[in-house]
Amino acid sequence: MTAPTTYRILIGKPGLDGHDRGAKVIARALRDAGFEVIYSGLHQTPESLVRTAIQEDVDGVGLSILSGAHNTLMPEVVRLLTEEGADDIFVFGGGIIPAEDIPGLLDAGVKAIFTPGTPTTDVIDFVQTACDEKYGVQESGE
Amino acid sequence: MTSPLAQRVLDGEHRAAARLMRLADDGAPAARQALTELFPHTGNAYILGVTGNPGSGKSTLVNRLIKSFRATGSTVGCIAVDPTSPFSGGAILGDRVRMQEHADDPGVFIRSVATRGHLGGLSRSTPAMIQIFDAMGFDVIIVETVGVGQDEVDIVRFADTSLVVLVPGLGDDIQADKAGLMEIADIFVLNKADRPGIKRLEREVRTMLSLHRAAADGQTTRPPICLTTAATGDGLPLLVEAIDDHRQSLQRQDRRQRSLTQQAHLIRAIARTELEILFEETATAPQFSALVADVVDGTTDPFTAADAFLAALLRRNDV
Ligand SMILES: Nc1nc2c(ncn2[C@@H]2O[C@H](COP(=O)(O)OP(=O)(O)O)[C@@H](O)[C@H]2O)c(=O)[nH]1
Ligand SMILES: [Mg+2]
Repeated sequence: MTAPTTYRILIGKPGLDGHDRGAKVIARALRDAGFEVIYSGLHQTPESLVRTAIQEDVDGVGLSILSGAHNTLMPEVVRLLTEEGADDIFVFGGGIIPAEDIPGLLDAGVKAIFTPGTPTTDVIDFVQTACDEKYGVQESGE
Repeated sequence: MTSPLAQRVLDGEHRAAARLMRLADDGAPAARQALTELFPHTGNAYILGVTGNPGSGKSTLVNRLIKSFRATGSTVGCIAVDPTSPFSGGAILGDRVRMQEHADDPGVFIRSVATRGHLGGLSRSTPAMIQIFDAMGFDVIIVETVGVGQDEVDIVRFADTSLVVLVPGLGDDIQADKAGLMEIADIFVLNKADRPGIKRLEREVRTMLSLHRAAADGQTTRPPICLTTAATGDGLPLLVEAIDDHRQSLQRQDRRQRSLTQQAHLIRAIARTELEILFEETATAPQFSALVADVVDGTTDPFTAADAFLAALLRRNDV
C-alpha cells in the first residue's frame, strides 16, 4: 500500500466524562504537526467511534478517557475494529490511567497509553512513527 | 470488467468507499480507474449544498436536515469541508461533532474533508466524493462547504439546490457580500433567528433581493427566505418544505441542461487538476534545470524556454 499524502487521525471521547480539554490539546498539536484530525465530540460509544473511523478512513484512533472506564472502552474499540476487518487502524489512549492497568490494555491491542504529564511531542512522535510503520515509510522527514 | 475496489463501492461497502475517497483526496492514480468505472452508476442523487460563514450554524443545520431526510426514508451521504491550516498543512475537522447522533445509522455516511489549499470552499476531491456517494446509491448528498467570499463558492456548480446561511449581527460590511450571494442562493437561510437583529437581517436580504432581481432581466423567481433556529429546530419544517419545492421545480426543468452545466464544470476541474500534476512533473524534471541553466547562460531566453516547457508538458514528456 502506498503511503497517503496526509495522515488522518480520529480523536474520540468515548464514555460519560465531559472533559475534552486534553483531547483538544492533542488534536491541535496533531494539526500543527500536519495531520488531518477528525474530532468526534463527547459521549461517543465504541460502536459509533468505529463507524466514524471507517467512514473517515483514518490511520489511527486516539481515545481520551477520564471517567475510569478505560478497561472496558479501549479494548472494546480494538475488538470492534478487528470485527469490522479494520484492525490496520491502530488505537492509542490517554487519560487518567493507573499504571497497573496499562499492561492489560497493551495486551488487549492498544498500541500505546499516555498518562497525564506526557509531553505532547511524545504523543506526536508516536503517532508519526505508527503511521510511517503502517505504510513502510522509512523516514518521517517531510 | 469492474475493478475490485469499484465493485466493493458499488456493493455499498463503507470501508472501500472511504478508501477510494482518500485515494481521490490524495490525487492517487489508483482513484482514477475506479472513478471512471463508477461514472455510469451516477446521476441519481439529489445534491444539496450548504454554504455560509464559519460559526453560522451550518453543521447544526445539516444535522437537522439529515434527520428530516432520514424520516422520509432517504439515505444521506454528507461531505463536510473544513479549511486546511496554511501553516502546517494539517486540519481539525470538527463538523461531525454536531452530526454524531447519526453515527450508528447505516443509512448515513459522513465524510470530513480538508480544503488542502484549494480555493472556492471545496476540496479538489469533493466532486469525486459526490460521485462515490452517488454510485453507492445514496439518495441525498449534502455538502457543507467552507464559507468564503462571494465569488468563490464552487458548490453551486455541483449542487442541485444551494442554501446560503446568514446570521444576524455580523455588521453592515457584509452587505457587499450579500450582493454576490444573490447569484448563488436557491434558498436563503437566516439562522440564529433567536438572536437580536434577525428582523433587520431579513429586511436587508429582502431589499437586496428586490434590487438585484429588478436589475436582472428575466429572473422572475426569487429565492425563498427561511428563518431558522438550528439549535432548537425552530423553522426547520418550513425550510424542508422550501427545499422540497425547489427539488420539485428542478425535476420539471430540463434535466439535460442542468447536467450539461454540472459536467462542464466537472470536466474543467478534472482537466485543471491533471494539468497541475503535469506542470509539477515537468517543472521538477532534471531537463527543466538544464533549460533554466540555458536561460542563465544566455543560450536561450525565458519566453522560448517557456514554450519548450509547454511543448514538453503537452507531450507528457520531460522538457
Ligand atoms: N443561538 C443560536 N446558536 C446556534 C444556532 N445554530 C447553531 N448555533 C451555534 O453556533 C455555533 C456554531 O455552529 P456550527 O453548526 O458548528 O456552525 P458552522 O461553523 O457554520 O458549521 C455552535 O455553538 C452552535 O450551537 C441557532 O439557531 N441559534
Ligand atoms: Mg461546520
